[in-house]
Amino acid sequence: MNSTLAILAVLDGISYAALVFLVSVGLSLIFGVLRVVNVAHGSLYAFGAYLAATFSIKVAPLSPWLTYPALLAASIVIGVVCGGFIERVLLRPLYGRDDVLQLLITFAAFMIMDNLQRLIWGVQPIFAAEPLKLLPNVTVFGVNYTSYQVILLPAVAVATLFGLRYFLRRTLAGAVIMAVTEDREASTSIGIDARRVYFVTFIIGASLAALGGALASPTTSLVPGMGADMIVLSFAVAATAGLGQIEGAALTALMIGLTRAFVIYLQPEFEVLVPYLLMVLVLLVRPYGLFGATQMRKI
Amino acid sequence: MQYLKTAFAAAAATAIFAGAALAQGKPQEIKIGIATFLSGPASVFGVPAKAAAEMIAEDLNKKGGIGGVPVKLSFIDEGAGGEALVSNYRRIVQDDKVDATFAAISSGSCNQLVPVAEDLKVMNFMWDCGAASILETKKYRYNFRTQANGTPEMLAVLIYLLKTKPDFKTIAVVNQDYAWGRESWEIFSTALKAMKPDVQVVAELFPKFGAPDYSTEVSRLLALRPDVVLTTAWGGDLDTLVRQAGQRGLLQQSTFVLGIGESSIQRLGKDLPEGLIVGARGDHWFLHPEKKNDPAFKAFNEAFKAKTGAWPIYPVYHMAQAFTALQTAYDKAIKANDGNWPTREQVVDATAGTEFATGFGRPVTLRPEDNQGLEAQLVGVTKSFPGYDFKLLDNMMIFDPKVITNPAGVRSVEWLKTLKPEFAKMDVPTFKQ
Repeated sequence: MNSTLAILAVLDGISYAALVFLVSVGLSLIFGVLRVVNVAHGSLYAFGAYLAATFSIKVAPLSPWLTYPALLAASIVIGVVCGGFIERVLLRPLYGRDDVLQLLITFAAFMIMDNLQRLIWGVQPIFAAEPLKLLPNVTVFGVNYTSYQVILLPAVAVATLFGLRYFLRRTLAGAVIMAVTEDREASTSIGIDARRVYFVTFIIGASLAALGGALASPTTSLVPGMGADMIVLSFAVAATAGLGQIEGAALTALMIGLTRAFVIYLQPEFEVLVPYLLMVLVLLVRPYGLFGATQMRKI
Repeated sequence: MQYLKTAFAAAAATAIFAGAALAQGKPQEIKIGIATFLSGPASVFGVPAKAAAEMIAEDLNKKGGIGGVPVKLSFIDEGAGGEALVSNYRRIVQDDKVDATFAAISSGSCNQLVPVAEDLKVMNFMWDCGAASILETKKYRYNFRTQANGTPEMLAVLIYLLKTKPDFKTIAVVNQDYAWGRESWEIFSTALKAMKPDVQVVAELFPKFGAPDYSTEVSRLLALRPDVVLTTAWGGDLDTLVRQAGQRGLLQQSTFVLGIGESSIQRLGKDLPEGLIVGARGDHWFLHPEKKNDPAFKAFNEAFKAKTGAWPIYPVYHMAQAFTALQTAYDKAIKANDGNWPTREQVVDATAGTEFATGFGRPVTLRPEDNQGLEAQLVGVTKSFPGYDFKLLDNMMIFDPKVITNPAGVRSVEWLKTLKPEFAKMDVPTFKQ
């Protein structure tokens, strides 16, 4: 492989990693705070994508540039409505009970949302590429790339990473969330409303999942079953990173993106295996993930 | 005289009892169980096909049904897959007592259900699945394929390419990583090697089924600059690949061949440029050059568009073929049974070797040796025409199925290896849009 192809592979890898990070970071955040493995995460991604496409198609005739706020609006609507409903109605009664129940209830939510998706948007693929078409292509070594994929998506991913870091470490609301993450009982005893923290965190995580879908929507066809594919990849990223580790999710997404791109150039038949091979290799060496810390278990 | 009276009375009584027996023999309805995708990515085929089945059954019943008996449909979802699909299939055959089944779209589903149909002795029409191997490895009594298989479908596309772009030197493939993606490439590449051995395959890419992103594959192909890019992907995967390739100039750089792209043309709209070679899995096109002025064909297409909002695509016509095959088989069996209602076994006997015509394409013959349907293949190239917000097919060739289907008893790949470069020089009629 010559240096030209290597640079192309790096660009492809970064572009893919940005999308993977945006999709998986919400899952990591929710697990980090609530200790809930949210199987409905894939459905939130799919709903975000479908609603963003719906909004884009509606507003594009007014002005194509309105499609960008439409992506953001769709993410927030899905995060607040669907995320809020799942946390408030389905998960809240189960806190403190067996973890398996949380897994089952979010799986049920996933199945219901998967069917709702077909009822609302049908089965034919939907494509709304207006935001992508607005930005020009860039040419690298004679190969065209869309600015949306090699510039905008990575920029949003980096902004999300640093924005979350800043929010959690430099703001009062973030400090409250971190306190509940560290020790729920202690934080409750000093007057923090842990339920409210859970609710807000779940909405943020759900909005991030929906944002991943919304940002992916201009690049891909929206089809039934798209959420199921993404949930598997998100789990692989979250497990490799260490559950709840946001920086770990970013690093893992980058590892997956770059490795996958090089594999497609060199040995394309292994492409499908990349995320899972990386996960197995990392977990063999570090069972709690790249950034995960060894935890005590009460017996 | 008394003897004659007694004989006449006996004959009359026999006729009356026979009539009564006949009336009992004729069922109240013919039950048809249909396996189709109602969920998952392949529902892009399954849902329009279901709509077509309902439309056809309604129309058929208005005209008196089959042999005067109305048809009644029940559907099972192929999307359930695996054991659930087999259980549901057994349920409709054993509990609901369907008279015939149409199963299925996916070759995986057909591989599962064909032996079950044979065990249960229920007549099954493989109405859409394309894996050639199913009927090549075993002779079945109750299973028929009412359309072509992957071999003539891919061979037609390849011959079209060789006829229209004879000087290409390099080719790359981007297929979905599952049975159809792999098998269609094996068919295409084997025939290509036999008929044009100097072509170099520069990339064989098999991204994950349902992959949301093909950016890296597109980058690699832009760097490799192959003369031709083949894909037999379908549904959302094909739409995504074509759009991502178009946004980055790959569709303009290489000649794209969409092996079964007919079903995506309307959805891709203006994103599909001119000059792409498109196959139709049969001679299926809502503006079929030999049928487009036929009133019945036009009426069916317009009724389907009114019902679903889109013009029919190939699975819709495949569904129509299954119904016509069933009707033809029953009519033939009734005739062979002197007008009496036939037994199931008599219908199965009548189905072998049947030729039937939907009127929506050329007639199809069910080859008696292996129950394989011989179906013509239409291939064309995309072109803009006024009045349509999507591309139409132009310079269409319709291939004779008897020429491009492997002979009964010979495995597809073995037959393809025997082809010579002269094979591609066959005379094929070409039609303008």
